[in-house]
Amino acid sequence: MRFLLGYGSCGIASGADSVLKSLESAFSGTEYFVEKVGCNGLCFAEPIVEVITDDNESILYGRLNGESASKFAEAIKKGELPLENRLSDEDMRFLNGQKRVVLSGCGKVNPESIDSYISFGGYSALKKALELGSEGIIEEIKKSGLRGRGGAGFPTYIKWQSAKNSQGEEKYIVCNADEGDPGAFMDRAVLEGDPHRVLEGMMISGVAVGAKTGIIYVRAEYPLAVKRLNKAIEEMRERKILGENIFGSNFSFDFYIMMGAGAFVCGEETALLASLGGNRGMPVTKPPFPAQKGFRGKPTNINNVETFANVSWIIENGGEAFAEMGTEGSKGTKVFALAGRVSRGGLVEVPMGLTINDIVFGICGGIKDGADIKAVQMGGPSGGCIPKNMLDTVIDYESIAKTGAIMGSGGMIVMDENTCMVDMAKFFMDFTSKESCGKCVPCRIGTTRMLEILQRIVDGNGEEEDIDTIVQLGESIKTGALCGLGNSAPNPVLTTVKYFRDEYEAHIKDKACPAKKCTALIEYRIIEDKCKGCSLCSKRCPVDAISGVVKSPFSIDSDKCVRCSQCFDSCKFGAIEIVSGKERE
Amino acid sequence: MMAKDFGYIDTILKKYNNPEESLIAVLQDVQGVDGYISRESVEYLTEKTGIPSSRIMGVASFYAGFRLKPVGKYRIMVCMGTACHVNGSQRIGDTVKRVLGIEEGDVTEDGLFSWEEVACLGCCSISPAMMINDTAYGNLTQEKVASIIEKIREEESK
Repeated sequence: MRFLLGYGSCGIASGADSVLKSLESAFSGTEYFVEKVGCNGLCFAEPIVEVITDDNESILYGRLNGESASKFAEAIKKGELPLENRLSDEDMRFLNGQKRVVLSGCGKVNPESIDSYISFGGYSALKKALELGSEGIIEEIKKSGLRGRGGAGFPTYIKWQSAKNSQGEEKYIVCNADEGDPGAFMDRAVLEGDPHRVLEGMMISGVAVGAKTGIIYVRAEYPLAVKRLNKAIEEMRERKILGENIFGSNFSFDFYIMMGAGAFVCGEETALLASLGGNRGMPVTKPPFPAQKGFRGKPTNINNVETFANVSWIIENGGEAFAEMGTEGSKGTKVFALAGRVSRGGLVEVPMGLTINDIVFGICGGIKDGADIKAVQMGGPSGGCIPKNMLDTVIDYESIAKTGAIMGSGGMIVMDENTCMVDMAKFFMDFTSKESCGKCVPCRIGTTRMLEILQRIVDGNGEEEDIDTIVQLGESIKTGALCGLGNSAPNPVLTTVKYFRDEYEAHIKDKACPAKKCTALIEYRIIEDKCKGCSLCSKRCPVDAISGVVKSPFSIDSDKCVRCSQCFDSCKFGAIEIVSGKERE
Repeated sequence: MMAKDFGYIDTILKKYNNPEESLIAVLQDVQGVDGYISRESVEYLTEKTGIPSSRIMGVASFYAGFRLKPVGKYRIMVCMGTACHVNGSQRIGDTVKRVLGIEEGDVTEDGLFSWEEVACLGCCSISPAMMINDTAYGNLTQEKVASIIEKIREEESK
């Protein structure tokens, strides 16, 4: 019997360490031991242990803690497979409809052991690629229809071909692992859970392009991913899968890692290259493309983590098999990170062509706490909000783009009726205006002006012409900005104006926030009939804004109130209401 | 004040063949020791490598990962990612600010705490989240935040 413990950052943050301790102490002196694996994507039920029985049956146990893990281990030692903490059928629906290519090893292989990866067929694709040779590899990638998973969806084979065609002895393969979309964690999970898969993909790209060096540009905020990549590279060197004449061929390759320093704009290729060279991450105009003049001025092929993670599967199974999955223009699968107000958040990998509804409701079980869905945000600060009535949109690059959002790298944030869309737009604009590198005027000044307008709208000082002004500004930034960050920065605002104009109007004309989120436009009040005078709210209030006599209705001093919502959240009688706009009169 | 011993910077510089190209890694290492990038360390780097201090400061101030001010013994990072925002991270930040009584980026008088808002920590599934040094805390409420900080204070006053 095997025990696989999900040991990614999110698992650890949810208490995987205390589960590990309990299991290890209970199993000491027995034949059982715990294998640490990466995140299997069922983040909603962390910490998770997967039991694989001697009959190769898989049973998942979730929401464990130190105590329940000890109980579990005791039962196992007695030869039982306990029912407690077993994931329910409802929970297991999360895996239905998923097709795992990129995530096939996550939660299965031990990310800190090259033997584990090899036992799952690792590095056999590299061997095959060495036989296929450069042309053969690019042909398979072309047949597969693989497009860049970083968000823009550029055909991968064209990039590879053009880097191959560039003259020069010295070429580079760069993996963009600077996952910057605030709300996306696919790449982290793959790097933490199956680092060799990404490295193998990069090496195959190296064979195709004729490069000898791979550089992984990874976020410093992902220390566990960095640690596991380093370990993987070290083991590869020991096994001579890295170095000179790999597998007896004339192919030589080596890796090094560079940690990013926290700049969203470095997701843009030319900014990433500037950062690799020790500079401020500022983009330059293309052409020349990195494939012609990249790192150190040499031909460089840059792909995202997920793109590389698809490569070994394609080489192993053939481009045609890959192209059988997905839609006409978008082949294969896509990994999404589901978060926000969704019941079962986590990592979902599905074939292209499913609808957003299939993911949010079919796989992830809909909205938390039974609330009503309002929108799904795709593509983060470069993407947009897709409203409820359009969630039957098919997932492929073109269909998503038609809504005004973008496929993006895979962040999918689910929003319910309590999410204010103007506030969301402001949130993203705040992010991009801070992350703008400052080089070009449309982005630097444009995003700042847009943010100022949004701020005054949520503060209740919006003017009627503001909506048209932000749309006009947004369109100008889209066309005028130098790089992808600026070109896409207005998307969150433009899509929310397009689909939720009424919310903007309510903020401006009625000074009301329909979702009751914008603090300048709301007030907390006690409903006298419901208040039992228990005084809990006044104890919770951090600013002493609530007063009253026990057993009679309390009242809130709105001038003192900081709208922290602690009274509302703690009241057991539903005696506190939030009012906005006309309700305040 | 006595001149600080920058021997550790010499050791760091030895690791890199081309400190100019590896400037970001060099600064990350320096910050790893000092906790932030001080003016003195920048001047020392300039002296040793010839890289103009304007260029070093240009890089250090561009990236959010570099701090130009010291941090507390406990560095609280409140996640401001999208998932956390939707789940109420603004109030988490407000609570930290209130409990510590300092503005974002500042250090408490006893040097114990500093706090900052950060872009996504990648722990979206347990949002709202924050990190204190290397430990992540998830599914936060305002009460939980206050009690986490209180616990550290108690531990420290022992």
